Amino acid sequence: MMPLTFALAHSLPEIFLALGALVLLLLGVFRAGGRDWIISEAAIAILGLALLSMLIDANGTSLIYDDAFVDDAFGRFMKALCLTGALVSLLLSREFMAREKIDFFEFPVLVLLATLGMLMLVSAHNLIALYLGLELMSLALYVIAAFHRDHLQASEAGLKYFVLGALSSGMLLYGSSLLYGFTGTISFSGIAAALKGDVSLGVVFALVFILSGLAFKMSTVPFHMWTPDVYQGAPTPVTTFFASAAKMAAVAITVRIVMTAFPGLQLQWRQIIVFIAILSMVLGSFAAIGQTNIKRLMAYSSIGHMGFALVGLASGTQKGVMGILVYLAIYLVMTLGTFAAILSMRVNGHYVENISDLAGLSRTRKMMGFFLSMMMLSLAGIPPLAGFFAKWYVFLAAIDAGLYPLAVIGMLTSVVACFYYLRIVKVIYLDEPVATFDPVSREVTAVMVLGGLGVVLYWAYPGPLVAAAEIAAKSLF
Amino acid sequence: MFGLGILTGLIVLPLIGAAFILILRGEDEATLRNARWAALWTTIVTFMLSLWAWSLFDPASASFQLVESKPWLSSTIGYKLGVDGISMPFVLLTTFLMPFCILASWDSITHRVKEYLIAFLVLETMMIGVFCALDLVFFYLFFEAGLIPMFLIIGIWGGKRRIYASFKFFLYTLLGSLLMLLAIMAMYGVAGTTDIVTLLKTSFPAEMQKWLWLAFFASFAVKMPMWPVHTWLPDAHVEAPTAGSVILAGILLKMGGYGFIRFSLPMFPLASHDFAPLVFTLSVIAIIYTSLVALVQEDMKKLIAYSSVAHMGFVTMGLFAMNAQGVQGAIYQMVSHGLVSGALFLCVGVVYDRMHTREIAAYGGLVKRMPLYALALMVFTMANVGLPGTSGFVGEFLTLLGAFNANAWVGLFATTGVILSAAYALYLYRRVVFGVLDKPELAALGDLSSREIALLLPLAVLTIYYGIQPGAILDACAASVTSLIRNYDAALATTKTAALLLN
Repeated sequence: MMPLTFALAHSLPEIFLALGALVLLLLGVFRAGGRDWIISEAAIAILGLALLSMLIDANGTSLIYDDAFVDDAFGRFMKALCLTGALVSLLLSREFMAREKIDFFEFPVLVLLATLGMLMLVSAHNLIALYLGLELMSLALYVIAAFHRDHLQASEAGLKYFVLGALSSGMLLYGSSLLYGFTGTISFSGIAAALKGDVSLGVVFALVFILSGLAFKMSTVPFHMWTPDVYQGAPTPVTTFFASAAKMAAVAITVRIVMTAFPGLQLQWRQIIVFIAILSMVLGSFAAIGQTNIKRLMAYSSIGHMGFALVGLASGTQKGVMGILVYLAIYLVMTLGTFAAILSMRVNGHYVENISDLAGLSRTRKMMGFFLSMMMLSLAGIPPLAGFFAKWYVFLAAIDAGLYPLAVIGMLTSVVACFYYLRIVKVIYLDEPVATFDPVSREVTAVMVLGGLGVVLYWAYPGPLVAAAEIAAKSLF
Repeated sequence: MFGLGILTGLIVLPLIGAAFILILRGEDEATLRNARWAALWTTIVTFMLSLWAWSLFDPASASFQLVESKPWLSSTIGYKLGVDGISMPFVLLTTFLMPFCILASWDSITHRVKEYLIAFLVLETMMIGVFCALDLVFFYLFFEAGLIPMFLIIGIWGGKRRIYASFKFFLYTLLGSLLMLLAIMAMYGVAGTTDIVTLLKTSFPAEMQKWLWLAFFASFAVKMPMWPVHTWLPDAHVEAPTAGSVILAGILLKMGGYGFIRFSLPMFPLASHDFAPLVFTLSVIAIIYTSLVALVQEDMKKLIAYSSVAHMGFVTMGLFAMNAQGVQGAIYQMVSHGLVSGALFLCVGVVYDRMHTREIAAYGGLVKRMPLYALALMVFTMANVGLPGTSGFVGEFLTLLGAFNANAWVGLFATTGVILSAAYALYLYRRVVFGVLDKPELAALGDLSSREIALLLPLAVLTIYYGIQPGAILDACAASVTSLIRNYDAALATTKTAALLLN
């Protein structure tokens, strides 16, 4: 039995978030102010503190809390991404929430709780911990999806997300119980040990159910149906949070469970992952073509991108995991930057979401036009922008593992996807201006500029991210 | 400087110019003039620097020179630059043509001038990078990144159907390139590095070569462009602004040919040998078919665009003949075509700026109003036809010679293309320059301005100089080409012996 202090030391970010959320909740209730700035500032500070606390004692792999959780380089890498996503989403949310008059103190608290769930999910090392983390994250997300409660679309989004999410949780639970029945353990490493040699059909069933449940959270085809509606209906900062932090956590746990619990079933899970990846890439690229709402377009784009990320997982190698990590990190930056730009789309005090509203942006708002275009081309994977390097690593792993058809399909779909990203660049650069956007707050502009610069200049100094991802990937093997 | 060499300087210089234009404030006439001059001086200084690089270059050596190497993505994917006899002419061609592009747009581009100049300077960086890169990933980076500025150049400053043309250009090229990217990954898997110098010495398994060759072919054939994937070119050319067409015809098309010489032939010799008949067939079809298509065009730019496809057919034919005459002729043809087609597009731009139409039927009898123009157009038309004494002749003659040595039938069919090219070029010249000047709006046309003379004169001089003195280019690439062919033959011989031993 490890001393408690050791366990606490290895779960500092989680503890910060848990305590922080509770304190803020109390504070919010006592201040009884309803709409409140201070809570959201404090929440940002707590997230920053959690991020900083990961710098302490950041090496090695240790199992904590009766082996329910694991603190390793992979987990730390993904937690850093989740925390960054949450922090930036919260930063972006302040102006929007205030303007839409929904800046209630519950929002930052719910974001903190959801983030706590993500961190637990990322470091889960048995099935119970996985479910705990997943539900904590999801329950908070259901609420904030419908946070704009007087808004019809937002309520619909929340309800849809809740119903489908509950279904996916059910599938995950069913798979977990099957797995427990067949292996007699809930620990990932225990499952891996029990699944050596021949595999019974029941275990394959369990695998399918678990992966289906997780595919819901990653929003990959065929479990993607909620994504476009929720992305479009939810308030934009919430969508940002969904697209950034929540995605990171869902992919992280998928990678972890597949790599640590099912190394013996590679043949089986690879088929599932390849299937999901191909469908997601194809749907993500074709369905986005007809979209006119930029949030909906980003939803389809995110489905496609999850497909690309899974190409790395399909390889099943350390290189592949490293590819996913690089992919997710770059995707996070691109997503946050893009949503910062979407949050700057405001005409005469009203937020607008149509792609056609961006017409002639390169002339009315030169900088925003440039950075948003670069973000789009980066999402399309055009070098020398960061998105290209993301694709490079995942496809390199796939080619290395001999998955040629998957790689070729991926490349072909990315040409299709390129079409709709280019269409936005066309609207920005080639069309005549229609309206000028209102000035935006400094933090939104800062996020957009930082994201844009990161995307444009990543090629100049790619080393550190790759090195960090390499260390993180190594810890899973 | 900072441990970086002259080639880095070539790549960075245009970016510095672009950054300078970016910080210029205001849209008034004085600012725009400053921006134009800044762009012009940037391109001229870059050209000077490339001349300096040329003076340091030793044409007698077949190895890569002025090499710079630094770790970048990882220890095996590096920042590596260098030139040899094959890439040096293209670097010079690029830096030489750029000032002309800036000058050609001096008056004709009036809106969003700064963005235009920045796009061109960024494009110059990418093009120089393509020819200097000695790492495959680094090469790919430049190869693809050039699409972005070109997309904007066609899309913003192009003609009526510019959006269609720019999308077609971008997506067509991207599709080919992505397949090449997969091949690059596969090569990295085998060789463990993307260093081009190492890859040139790696021999890939014969079966794998086939797939790699096809993937690279997908990219370069589109870029070249070869029949039947040439259809983006006429659209892009017609819609692009004059300078955009010059760059497109002058340099972007050459990337395909350069890619064949740099990668396909030396790295996949067995596959190149096996696929040579395919390339010959496509080349001959391109030469004859697109020449016939050119014959019936109504639009001047489209006509020149189709003639470009035909001329590129000579290049691919010469390359895959894989003998000294063929390959050197192909390089020569590319450089010459870069000058001549660039000049032809500039000539079209001259009348387009005055009349705002490229329709051949709208012209006639120009010689009466514009004698100097008629003279300039004649020089370039003759060079395009391949008249002895112009640079066009040397390239066509050498590639045909190479083709005859490799396969007489290919040579025979390709030669008919020379006749056809004379037909469409002279037909164009007659309709535009000769005939009666009966259209009232043509009556007031002025002859070439001093700026236009400054644009066309150097190109005309070079076209004729290279026609008389082909050694200037041939000697530069001779050593590299000889070593290329030697390695190619050696690789084929090894497999042949191995096959004989097995039997």
